Amino acid sequence: MSQTNDVTRNESATRAGAATRNDPAGRSDAALIPPVDVIEDSAGITLRADLPGVPKDKLSLQVEADTLTIEGQVSMPTPQSMEASYVEVSMPRFRRVFTLSKELDAGKVSADLKNGVLSLRIPKAEHAQPRRIDIKVG
Amino acid sequence: MYQSLFPRDAFAELDRLQREMREAFDLSPNIRGLGRGGFPALNVGGTPQSVEIFAFAPGLDPATVEIELDRGVLSIAGERPSGLPAADDGKAAVHINERFAGRFRRVLSLPDDIDPDGVTADYRDGILHISARRRESALPRRITVQ
Repeated sequence: MSQTNDVTRNESATRAGAATRNDPAGRSDAALIPPVDVIEDSAGITLRADLPGVPKDKLSLQVEADTLTIEGQVSMPTPQSMEASYVEVSMPRFRRVFTLSKELDAGKVSADLKNGVLSLRIPKAEHAQPRRIDIKVG
Repeated sequence: MYQSLFPRDAFAELDRLQREMREAFDLSPNIRGLGRGGFPALNVGGTPQSVEIFAFAPGLDPATVEIELDRGVLSIAGERPSGLPAADDGKAAVHINERFAGRFRRVLSLPDDIDPDGVTADYRDGILHISARRRESALPRRITVQ
């Protein structure tokens, strides 16, 4: 397996650790795991995540060392007196953590949030860009 | 089989297991099935004045979403384009493919006291919010003793 597949690994251990750290019951920090698509081409990686109901100001993206954390709080226009009768989305929070691999340039991540879909572009570092290697025949 | 909406979530998995158990033992399920796990995910709530439906449908063009109300049955249909490269494109590799793509339709029946002319819908941040007003005659009111 190539190293780039590191980005596909979900750090569930980190997530569980964070849950117990903030709250002994471990439930208030619970979050839904947003579904994602990860596509790699020669220049970098594109990540798309479904974050319905997360406005721009409630989205937090963090890159720390080689860890990328996506966190979002759902904000919905719920009327005050509403009583839920049927619920499929039971938690108003999304969270997912990925491990980046070292040839990715974490300092140049660009992000775009539109209609509840987050698009992240993580380019590869200059030195990791593909180049053709000439074979010299002597 | 449908794709789990929020994959690898332990609670969702437990929920799915529970649902499958229930479906296996339920001798008289709803005619439209239980429907959980479809796209878009739905939350439904009620107030004394209205029924509020929230469809978690990110990445749609609101102009292409069809919402129909026919004899008290509300259907939400549309298509979500796939952002993945074509299969014959050898240059890109897909490492994770979890997001829903393709046509969808979800149907739910509304209570009898809904006013068909009082249904509004708006789309914001990927949530489709449909608000259906209850009929004036069905609203709770205080009756004064003469």
